[in-house]
Amino acid sequence: MQNSLDPAAPLLEVRGISKSFGAVRALQEVDFTLRAGEIHALLGENGAGKSTLIKGVTGVFPRDAGIVRIGGEEIAPRSAKAAVAAGFATVYQEVNLLPNLSVAQNLFLDRQPMRFGIVRQGEMRRRAKALLADFGLDIDVAAPLGSYSVAVQHVTAIARAVDLSARVLILDEPTASLDRHEVEILFGIMRQLAKRGIGIVFVSHFLDQVYEISDRITVLRNGRLVGERETASLPRLDLIRMMLGRELAETTGARASAGEHKVRDICASFENYGKSGYVAPFNLELRHGEVVGLAGLLGSGRTETARLVFGAERADSGQARVEGAPVRLQSPRDGVRHGFGYCPEERKTEGIVAELTVRENIVLALQAKRGLHRPLSRREQDEIARRYVKMLDIRPTDPERPVGLLSGGNQQKVLLARWLATSPRLLVLDEPTRGIDVGAHAEIIRLIRELCDDGLSLLVISSELDEIVTYSDRVVVLRDRAHVEELAGEAIEVGNILAAIAADGAAAAHEVHP
Amino acid sequence: MKGLPPVLITAVVLIAGFVLCAVQFPNIASTRVVGNLLTDSAFLGIVATGMTFVIISGGIDLSVGSVIGFTTVFVALAIERWGMPPLVAFVAILALSAAFGAAMGTVIHVFDLPPFIVTLAGMFLARGASFLLSTESVPITAPIYSTVSDFAVRMPGGGRLTAIAIIMLVIVIGGALLLQLTRFGANVYALGGSRATASLMGVAVGKMTVKIYMLSSLLAGIAGIVFSFYTSAGYSLSAVGVELDTIAAVVIGGTLLTGGQGSVIGTFLGVLIQGLIQTYINFDGTLSSWWTKIATGILLFAFIALQQGLVALARRPRTKSLGAAT
Repeated sequence: MQNSLDPAAPLLEVRGISKSFGAVRALQEVDFTLRAGEIHALLGENGAGKSTLIKGVTGVFPRDAGIVRIGGEEIAPRSAKAAVAAGFATVYQEVNLLPNLSVAQNLFLDRQPMRFGIVRQGEMRRRAKALLADFGLDIDVAAPLGSYSVAVQHVTAIARAVDLSARVLILDEPTASLDRHEVEILFGIMRQLAKRGIGIVFVSHFLDQVYEISDRITVLRNGRLVGERETASLPRLDLIRMMLGRELAETTGARASAGEHKVRDICASFENYGKSGYVAPFNLELRHGEVVGLAGLLGSGRTETARLVFGAERADSGQARVEGAPVRLQSPRDGVRHGFGYCPEERKTEGIVAELTVRENIVLALQAKRGLHRPLSRREQDEIARRYVKMLDIRPTDPERPVGLLSGGNQQKVLLARWLATSPRLLVLDEPTRGIDVGAHAEIIRLIRELCDDGLSLLVISSELDEIVTYSDRVVVLRDRAHVEELAGEAIEVGNILAAIAADGAAAAHEVHP
Repeated sequence: MKGLPPVLITAVVLIAGFVLCAVQFPNIASTRVVGNLLTDSAFLGIVATGMTFVIISGGIDLSVGSVIGFTTVFVALAIERWGMPPLVAFVAILALSAAFGAAMGTVIHVFDLPPFIVTLAGMFLARGASFLLSTESVPITAPIYSTVSDFAVRMPGGGRLTAIAIIMLVIVIGGALLLQLTRFGANVYALGGSRATASLMGVAVGKMTVKIYMLSSLLAGIAGIVFSFYTSAGYSLSAVGVELDTIAAVVIGGTLLTGGQGSVIGTFLGVLIQGLIQTYINFDGTLSSWWTKIATGILLFAFIALQQGLVALARRPRTKSLGAAT
């Protein structure tokens, strides 16, 4: 096996890999090195480029530039099958096996032991059992895979991958749906495989697990390589800084006039609001003319909080009030009725309708609010579209252009315009600057400040701590699906946010992940 | 192995139905009636075996009824008008229908089109082509037809197991073995589970698609020959709507319309249930034969509801966790 290789030589070498999707540069000149027998964590926030890197390396889509060497040999797999032949095995969070087939069939699909054109069922089951026994699994291999827990399915997927003589095992968020005990078993298997000389790439957003299992960490941010470190010599605070922060020095001075606002009326408040298994109950007050930032790592409960506030998810405890009056938020429709707006993170899938024009996208929410029996006349539509194209400086300025042809920043502005057209009292922005270029960042931030000067209340989620610090009047910090700290005034600075996020999560590590 | 509970339920329905019928008309419980039932269901059983493969793989084949119709006309004309020896005519039509299925499979795979549309086009094509050949019923008088019709294995109790019933049983058993015991069969289930995943796991999805539709059309061709034995004629309007009876039999037999689960044996039981309803109506004598359709419709509804229930149950993973298993 590859044990015969020089142990110092890297098993997998990725050099200068780049990939763009249209105008968005998803990966820029990223290097990645995996040694035989190591467990290497690949970290970064949403959109950092982790999956793009994995897919670019394993040939799910062609890369624009860069080379990949495995065991010193340059490879360029063009298909999943070719990647397997090259020695890659990828196990995704969504198990890529067939739940309707038996465990044994899944392990040996298309390579079953045969005699006279007939599958030797007994032999296949015996081998499947032996293979799984290596992984500490003793189950009925004749039962359909779908009848077992996700953990068993993951192990089956890993067993199949390893049996296909994989040299590089890529585990993409394998622990997201496992409980603590199952994670332990998975880690045992990973260590055992590493001992055999297999290189393992471990993608996860559970930092405790990363510290528990990995030898080395590579951090990506906005499609670029931030750095590669030994896990043992990387303090947690530094890791989070690598994932979230830019250079700390340049950030803190930039705070705008935040804090000078006089205290205004409460726009919406949430008391003890929460949903079990989703976000722990929290108290949140949103005032007119105020920006509240939500900070935390991926999976800390930021988006979940936003969805509860908007009504996209139903709370099972607590009381929401709008302008002091108790309200029930059961659906996004309720949210819209109370004057809330929500710009989701997944612009492409949850936000814009790419085929429709700028005008049609802008009037969408307003029309929905008015109801179908009171259509906006074409003249009104044109006027609204023109007003917002001008106000938000959407380019190109042609309101009849399909939104799909606009850049990410301008798509974001169209989404903003859609909600602004409904004259909301509260707007929730989930990662408003994600995936848009740096110039547009500044503009979006300027818009955020302007909007709240006009009395709008804003709740903004962002992984960009320096940005959050710039525009927020208050910052709520989340960790492990709970609100852990609220910073206001002078206390709002990147260092304090990082400290709150990094505060020891040991207690949380032993919880069962939902 | 897969879809066993639905098959058991189908079997229970069949047996219960048979017992009820036998209570009302004791004559039903005889090998004579059972033999006739098998003979009457022969062509449906054959074509439904092919349809089972198609539906388990996540597809559908609407063209089978038309292929049967075309086959009867082609065989009748080839033997009676073009002077082909019957066996040559059979081989020719089987080759033709297999090629037809392969072509549909190729179109489905290469252009990534829904099987529903492609086989719908195939249905119109084959039906139109049979009208092109002849619009009238063409009787077949070749000696082989009377020989085959007269051949039968006598069963105890005076029943006759006819040649076409035997052909059907052989094909059902062969189909069941092909589906359960071979790599081809496993791949059919894999395709029905998820085409994308099956492809990721190394299944040659394109080749499989072509082969599956080829098999379905080939069996429709055989069913067409059997149908011509059954009626001793070729008629372009024969077997209209049989594709729907076939799909009904497959679904009643416990095969999931969305693919991934099912069995040939279940389909066979589904065919027998439809045959039993027809037999009951014949015995009753006062009921319109359309009651077959109504009863089939009710059964279909019941089975689809049942499957949805079972699917919902299956989605809940067994509580057996990794930890407990070690």
